[in-house]
Amino acid sequence: MFTFAAFCYMLSLVLCASLIFFAIWHITAFDELQADFKVPIDQGNPLHALVLPEYSIHGLFCIMFLCAQEWLTVGLNIPLFFYNTWSRYFHSPTDTKELLYDPASVMNGDTLKFCQKEAWCKMSFFVLSFFYYLYCVYWTGPSSSIWSTPW
Amino acid sequence: MSAPGFTSLKTSLDHSLNSTPNGGAAPPYQNGPGGQTYPSTYPLTGYYGAGPQQQGDPTIPGHCAPAPQKAPITNNDHSAYCHQQPLQPNAAPTVAPSAYGATQGSHPPSLPYGTPTTLPTSAAPPNTQHAPSFQQPAPYAQPGAYYGQQQYPTSQTQHHPQQPNLVLAHPTSPGAPLYPIVSYPSVPGSSQYGTLRSSQAPTGPAAVPNLMGAPLHQYAAGNDTNHPASTAAVPPGYSMAPLGQPATVNGQGNAVQAPVLQHYDQSHQAPMTHDHYGGGVTHNTGGADRDIPPLGIPSTSVHSSPGHQQGMHYGYLANSGASSANAAANVAPSSSSSDEDEEEEDEEAGGDSSSTTTGSASPVPNSYDSLEGGSYPEFSNPPSADMPKQPVYQQRPVSRVDSSPSHGGYNQTGYQHLPQPFPNMSQLSAALGGLSGVPELEVEALRPVNLLQERNLLPHRPLDAPEPNLSADLKKANCSPDTFRCTLTNIPQTQALLNKARLPLGLLLHPFRDLAQLPVITSNIIVRCRSCRTYINPFVSFLDQRRWKCNLCYRVNDVPDEFMYNPVTRSYGEPHKRPEVQNSTVEFIASSDYMLRPPQPAVYLFVLDVSHNAVEGGYLNVFCHTLLENLDKMPGDTRTRVGFITFNSTIHFYNLQESLSQPQMLVVSDIDDLFIPTHDSLLVNLKESRALVRVLLTSLHSMFSQTRETHSALGPALQAAYKLMSPTGGRVSVFQTQLPTLGAGLLQSREDPNQRSSTKGVQHLGPATDFYKKLALDCSGQQIGVDLFLLSSQYSDLASLACMSKFSAGSIFYYPSLHHVHNPAQLDKFQKDLERYLTRKIGFEAVMRIRCTKGLSIHTFHGNFFVRSTDLLSLANINPDSGFAVQMSIEESLADTALACFQSALLYTSSKGKRRIRVHTLCLPVVSQLSDVYAGADVQAITCLLANMAIDRSISSSLSDARDALVNAVVDSLSAYKNTVSNIQQSGLIAPAALCLFPLYVLALLKQKALRLGTSTKLDERVFAMCEFKSQPLQQIMRAVHPDLYRLDTMSNQGALHLNDCIVPQPHLLHLTAEKLTREGAFLMDCGSVFYLWIGKCCNDVFIRDVLGCPNHASIPPNMTQIPELETPLSERLRALLVWLQDSRTFSSTLHVVKDDATAKTSFFQHLVEDRSESALSYYEFLLHIQQQMSK
Repeated sequence: MFTFAAFCYMLSLVLCASLIFFAIWHITAFDELQADFKVPIDQGNPLHALVLPEYSIHGLFCIMFLCAQEWLTVGLNIPLFFYNTWSRYFHSPTDTKELLYDPASVMNGDTLKFCQKEAWCKMSFFVLSFFYYLYCVYWTGPSSSIWSTPW
Repeated sequence: MSAPGFTSLKTSLDHSLNSTPNGGAAPPYQNGPGGQTYPSTYPLTGYYGAGPQQQGDPTIPGHCAPAPQKAPITNNDHSAYCHQQPLQPNAAPTVAPSAYGATQGSHPPSLPYGTPTTLPTSAAPPNTQHAPSFQQPAPYAQPGAYYGQQQYPTSQTQHHPQQPNLVLAHPTSPGAPLYPIVSYPSVPGSSQYGTLRSSQAPTGPAAVPNLMGAPLHQYAAGNDTNHPASTAAVPPGYSMAPLGQPATVNGQGNAVQAPVLQHYDQSHQAPMTHDHYGGGVTHNTGGADRDIPPLGIPSTSVHSSPGHQQGMHYGYLANSGASSANAAANVAPSSSSSDEDEEEEDEEAGGDSSSTTTGSASPVPNSYDSLEGGSYPEFSNPPSADMPKQPVYQQRPVSRVDSSPSHGGYNQTGYQHLPQPFPNMSQLSAALGGLSGVPELEVEALRPVNLLQERNLLPHRPLDAPEPNLSADLKKANCSPDTFRCTLTNIPQTQALLNKARLPLGLLLHPFRDLAQLPVITSNIIVRCRSCRTYINPFVSFLDQRRWKCNLCYRVNDVPDEFMYNPVTRSYGEPHKRPEVQNSTVEFIASSDYMLRPPQPAVYLFVLDVSHNAVEGGYLNVFCHTLLENLDKMPGDTRTRVGFITFNSTIHFYNLQESLSQPQMLVVSDIDDLFIPTHDSLLVNLKESRALVRVLLTSLHSMFSQTRETHSALGPALQAAYKLMSPTGGRVSVFQTQLPTLGAGLLQSREDPNQRSSTKGVQHLGPATDFYKKLALDCSGQQIGVDLFLLSSQYSDLASLACMSKFSAGSIFYYPSLHHVHNPAQLDKFQKDLERYLTRKIGFEAVMRIRCTKGLSIHTFHGNFFVRSTDLLSLANINPDSGFAVQMSIEESLADTALACFQSALLYTSSKGKRRIRVHTLCLPVVSQLSDVYAGADVQAITCLLANMAIDRSISSSLSDARDALVNAVVDSLSAYKNTVSNIQQSGLIAPAALCLFPLYVLALLKQKALRLGTSTKLDERVFAMCEFKSQPLQQIMRAVHPDLYRLDTMSNQGALHLNDCIVPQPHLLHLTAEKLTREGAFLMDCGSVFYLWIGKCCNDVFIRDVLGCPNHASIPPNMTQIPELETPLSERLRALLVWLQDSRTFSSTLHVVKDDATAKTSFFQHLVEDRSESALSYYEFLLHIQQQMSK
C-alpha cells in the first residue's frame, strides 16, 4: 500500500542525495580555501547560495516526517534541524543572514577547521540517513509486500 | 613600471659595451661557468641597484644611453667624493681588524694609516676624509689579496666604535688593537636591527657612518669569532701577514694609500662599463630605490646630489655591486667604491678565487668561510644537514650596542659573564654608560622569583626583547626584534610541550616599519624554494656550491647560475655571500611575475564630512592647511592622483580637471541610487592639477562655513568612493564627525551612558550592521584601503565604523572631543598625526605571507587585513605604523630540527610604482625541555598576544570572559611552572625571572580602557583602544599598557647618553604606583601617545622655574601642554630626554603638565596600574588572587 510515509521516504531519498551533494560541495570548497586555490570572498558566494536550500530541504524533511508521524525519523532529524536554525542561522557570524560564512573570519584556522569538520559530519549524517531512508522505503513502500514474500 | 622589456634591452646593450673592457682586463670571467658568464654575471651586476635615492627617470629611457660616455670621469670623481664621507669613519679607527692585516700584509706596515688619532672625530674636515677613503680601495687593488673581500667589511666596521653618536666609545677604541674585533660583534647587532632611526640622526654626515657600517658588520663579526680558526686554515697565499698583529694592521691600512691611486686608475679603464651599467640600472632601479630610505634620512642626502651625475653615479654604485651587497641601499656609497675595487681585484685574481670557491669541500673555503663570518659553518662540514644544530647552543649571546631609544637601556650587569675572548667588552660597556648590556643568560631567566617578596621587579631601563639562544653567527643574522618577535624565543618541540607550558605561541610583526637601512636587491631571479616558495635567507644551508636546502621545508634546491655571482665581492661561486643570504631583512625589486596587473599609481581620495558639526569643530580648516602644506610630501611619483569627496546629506564631487580655471563642485543628492557624475576628472593627476587642488583646499572651509546641514550620509559617500577608486585601487581617507544618519549604513546610537561603568559586561562591541564590513571586503578586493579619522565628541558607533578599516587594512584614528576652541591640544595632535599620516610611506596592493618551518602552522591572525588563505593576508594598503600578530600551533613534532624559522614576505607596490618584496626571516632554537621554554619566554610579546586574544574573546564572547581568560593565563602558566620546573617548596608565588613581569603586565591589561570593567569608559573609546591593540606594533602597545615612569627633578647625568652634542639623561624606571610619587618631585610618565609631566605640590621651585618658566607651583597654568625652551641646563636636559623619547615613535606624543591638585590628575593616576582603584585590584592583591587561584 502506498502510504504517505512511503512517499515521504521516497522523496527524501531523492532530496537526501542532493544534500549529500551539497555537503560534498562544502567539503571541497573549504578544502580549496585551505589549499589557497580560492579567495574567501569568491568562495563565499556560491556557499551562501547553497546554505539556504540545504537548510530548507532539511527543514522540509522534518515537517514531512512530522506529518507522516514517523517519530523515529523525526527524532533523528530534529537535532540537526535545531542546530541549523539555532546555532548557524540565528547566531551566524554576520548579522545580515545572507552571509552564513563570514569571509573575513572563515580563514582563521579554527573557524576553517570547524567548518570542515561540520561539512564532513553533515555528509556522513546524510549518507547514513540516505541508507536509512532506503531501508524505510523498503519497509513502508508500496512494493514491500512483494519483496517481502519469500520465493 | 619596471618595464621588463626595457630592462632586457638595456642589459643586452650592456653586454656589448662591456665586453671589451672586461674581456681585456678581466680574465677571471673565463673561470666562470662557461659561456654563461656574460649573461649571468653582467646583467646581474647591472641590476644590483642599491644606490639609494637614485635619480630614476623611467619615462625617459633613452636618456641614459648617451650619458655614460661622457660621464665616466666625472662620475668617478663624484663617486669617489661621495664615498669619502661614508668611508671616513673607517679610516678613523686605527685599530684595523686583524683580517685586514692579513690581506694587506705585503704593504709596508709603516704607512700612515695608523693615524687614527687624528681622524677619529666625526667632525674631521672633508680633506682628511679623503685620505682614508682612498686608502680603502687599495687593498682590493692588490690581486694577490683574495681576502680583500673580508678585509673590506672589517675595515668598514671599524668606524662603528667611532660612531659620532656614541661619543663615549672613543677613548677605548684606539687604545687596544684587538678591540675592534671585540666591539664589532656587539655593534652589528645594533645596526643590523636597524634601530637607528632616521629621525635620530639629525646630522647628515654623522649619521651616515651608522647606517653605512651596519650591514657590513656581519662580516666583521664573523671574523672576530672565528678568527683563530681562519688563521690556521688560511692557505699560504692568503696569509701574507700574520693575522691579528697590531703592527701589520696599522701598517696595512697605511699601505693602502699608494695603491689607491693605482686602483682608481684601474677603475678608470672600466668606467664606461660601470657607468654605463649604472645608467641602465638607474632606470630600472632608481626610481624605486628612492623611496627606500624613510623620509629625511640623512644618509640619503649623501647621495642625493642632483643631476645626471647622480643618476650615473648611482648606477655606478649599483654596478659596482655594492650595495646590494652589503646591503642597504642607503649604505651603498661607501661599500660600493670598495666593492668596485674588489671586483677588479677579483677579476685580476680570478684564477685564485674561482679555484678557491669551487673547492668548497677543501679546508680552504672552510677557513674562508669562517673568516668571512659566515653563517654557514656547515659549509665546511659535509653533513651539512646536522649543522644547524651545532651552533645553536654554542655561544653566549653577544651584547648589542645601540643608540636608539628603544634599546637604549640595558642593564650592565651581565658583563661579567662574557666569555674571555672579549676582554675589552667590559671596558666598552663602561665607556658606553647605560647603553649596552648582555641578554639574560638562561640561568638568569629561570631564576625563581618570589613575586610576593620581591617588590622592585622593573629593570632600570625599559625592558628589552630577550635574545634567542643561538650561536653568535645566527644571532647576528637574525631579524630585529622590533620587526619580528616571537612570544617564545625557544620554540617547544611538540604541541604537548607547549600545552604543558601554558604559554601562547605566536608572532608579532611590524613588517613595514621605517628602517634606517635596508638591503635592496634588484635581480633577474629571486631565489626561492621550489616547493614551499620560501625566499632564500641567511638560515638556509648550502650543501655545496650548487645546492641549498630550504630551512622551512627541507627541500634541496639548486642554486641558479645567476645566483652564483656575488655582487658583494664581484666574484663567482659564492652564493652564500650574497646579500640575500647575509641579511635577514631584505627587499627585492620584483619582476613582472609578481604582478597581476601593472603596478598602480599612488591614488589618494579624501572623503570629508562637511556637516555643521564638522565645520564647527574646526577640523576641516586644519585638514586643508595640513594637506596644503604636505601636498608635495605625499609619497608618489608623476602618476599620483588625488580626489576629494565631501558629504553631508548629499554627496559632493569635485571636478579638478586641469583645463578648468576653478574646481567644479558636482552635487549628487540621490543618495539611495548613487552614481558618479563624471568618471575621468574626479581623480586627477596631482602634478597636472596641483593649482586647482590648492584652490579647492583653500576655499573648502569657507564654502561650508555657513552650512546648516546636520545629517551625514557616510554610507553613500563610501559607496561613491568605492566606485570612484575601484578601477585603480589606492587609499581612501575618511573624516567623520558624527553618527551616520542617512542612506545605506546608517547607524543608531547604541550606547547607554548608564552602563558605562557597569561591572557585568559591555554590550555592542561588535558591529551593528554588516554594511561597513561588506564594503571593506569589496574595497579590499579592489585594492582600496580605507583609513578612518573619527573626530566626534558624541557616540558614533566606532564598533561599526571601524569595520571599514579593519578589513581593508586601513588605520583608525580617533580624536574624541576635537574642537578648535575648546580643545586646542587635541587639534594640535590631530594636525601632527595628520602630517605624519600624509607623509609616511605607503605600499599599495600588498599581500603578506607568513611561512613557518614545517610542523608549525598559523591558525589565527590579528590586525587590520583580510585573510585570503591560511597564510596569506591581503592588505590593500600597508603603512609603516601597523603591526600584526599571529597565533601558531605545533602540528608535527619538531624533534628532528634544531631551528625553527619564520619568514614573512610582504609584496607591495611602492608609491613610485615599483613592485617590491620585503622579506623578514626570524630564526629560533627548538627546545625539548620545559625549563628552556620558560627561559625563552618573551613577556612583552606574550602580553601583546594575549591582549589581542582577549579582544577577540570579548567581541565573540563577553568582556568578563576575556578578563577571566587573561587571569587564567597567568594562573595557568605560573602553576605549570611551579609544578614542573621549580623544585622550590616555598609558599610564595614563584615565577621564573623571564616571566616575573607577567602578572604585572596582565594586571595592567585588565586596567586598560579596552578591557576594564567598573570604571566609566565611553564605548567608542573602549572600541578604539581595542582597535589600537589589534593594529599597533608591540612597542607602542607596551607603552600604552605599562607606561614608563621617571623621576625628573633628581635625574643625574649618570649613564646618560651622549648624542650629537646633547646629553640625554637616562633616569631609572619607576614602578607605577603612587608610592613612588613624592610631593617634592616631578615625574614624567610616557604613555606612548601622551606624556604626563606630574609636578608635586612641594616641588622644588628651582625646578619649576628652570623647566616650566613659572615662579612657583601655584602659578603653573592649568592646561599647559608645552615646555618652554629655556636656556637652563635642567630644561635642556629634560627637553633632550623628551625629544629622544619622541624619536622612537612615529606619531608625535602630546605633553600634559599635571599639577598635583588639578582635576586632570585622574587621567594621570589611572595609569598607576599597581595601585588599587575603585573597581580593580592593586598589584599585591592581584598576586594574592592569583596565588589563591593556583592553590585551588
